[in-house]
Amino acid sequence: MRILVVGGGMGGTIFANHLARRIHHEMKTGKARITMLSASHEHVYQPGWLYVAMGRATPDELVREQESLLEPGIEFHVDPVEEFHLAHNHVKCKSGKVHEYDLIVISTGSRAMPENIPGLKENSVNCYTADNAVEYYKQLSEFKGGRIVITVGLPHKCPMIPLEVTFAMHDFIKDRGLLDKTEFYYTYPIGRVHSLENVAKWAAPEFDAKGIKYETLFNMKEVDGKNAKVLSEEGSEVAYDLLVAVPPHKGQEVIEKNGLGENGWIPTNRHSLHMEGEHGKNVIVLGDTTNLPISKAGSTAHFEAETAAENVAAVVKMGRPVKSYDGKVFCFIEAGKDRATYAMFNYQNPPQPKAPTGSVHAFKMAYNKLYWATARGLL
Amino acid sequence: MAERTVDARGSFCPGPLMELISNMKSMQVGDTLELLSTDAGSAKDVPEWVHKVGHEMVDTNQDSEGTFHIKVRKAK
Repeated sequence: MRILVVGGGMGGTIFANHLARRIHHEMKTGKARITMLSASHEHVYQPGWLYVAMGRATPDELVREQESLLEPGIEFHVDPVEEFHLAHNHVKCKSGKVHEYDLIVISTGSRAMPENIPGLKENSVNCYTADNAVEYYKQLSEFKGGRIVITVGLPHKCPMIPLEVTFAMHDFIKDRGLLDKTEFYYTYPIGRVHSLENVAKWAAPEFDAKGIKYETLFNMKEVDGKNAKVLSEEGSEVAYDLLVAVPPHKGQEVIEKNGLGENGWIPTNRHSLHMEGEHGKNVIVLGDTTNLPISKAGSTAHFEAETAAENVAAVVKMGRPVKSYDGKVFCFIEAGKDRATYAMFNYQNPPQPKAPTGSVHAFKMAYNKLYWATARGLL
Repeated sequence: MAERTVDARGSFCPGPLMELISNMKSMQVGDTLELLSTDAGSAKDVPEWVHKVGHEMVDTNQDSEGTFHIKVRKAK
């Protein structure tokens, strides 16, 4: 079986490594082959950009050579796919090379699109690329006081980020003795401070205790950079001195261009993870690329990838899948520089977050290093 | 005018309302969206947001399996 993995991020890498370990014998004997195509030779631990923005990490700490993470036997090419010919089981890459497959896994991820909100890109900072995180740190470290506004677009990657940047900046400003000169103003699209009700129930009193103000039902419409104001779809406006954005996201352009899904999100079966539609039988979709109504997060890609790898290995060995994805997501929530909690949930069970502790934060810091074992399919 | 269905059953995060808001951005004025939700809160928080922004509520009902079907029209 020829298995083609498109995308070298969390979903594609964890899938390929898990699968390679499971079908090691079949790969050795030529019964199965795994090929990965990626747009980059680098693999980035994207959750680490939050720490770059706070001056607690540098971008190079978050990068490894993609090839160094892959199990022996996985064929790897830096050659982004430009055309998907799903009816004919092949893709065409930027180089012009055509790759045929029996099964394709699409895990191309998502991208922040601050340019989709008028004025947002030029007038805000965010932590969704290495360069943006460095600029965020520069502006935050030069901040002398005033109002910091946090504004959130939809959909976005990493649902905990709005809370995490707020708590992290609060500690950052406090440590610099600027708390009495700084006002935090948090905005959020729905009628509570986080999408997860139990997380919102925990976070709102934390905000109150820290004096962080908040406005809910606030969906940014545009940013008036000249007058330093952000305007909402709901009709309100908020003045800022530093605007921190969680920009709206889209899937990759190649997905849209090939007509695989509106805004780059591919319609996906929530349990089998196969693409919906007539050509979906041998197409698996992972991570942010799906249109599933669950968190766009590395954790989601991780658990989906494990399920998919186990299923594909079972198909190779005995012709049938064995698992159904249950919607499992596990997200750490940094509650400042030295405390954290977590939210674990699936399609059936909401999270029950506990009060943040130093030990969960310590584990999160350890996991930031252990991630490379996750990418290798070991953890 | 186009119609679409968003299946947000079992969605805790981002949740049905965030799914609806995301989808409304891709729609044209006059298009309708049917949101499927297993969260009882959707029957309250969706109309609250729709009215605040100025879109239109078309219909809300709950089927025999407990799923809410909430139909909204983009008005602006």
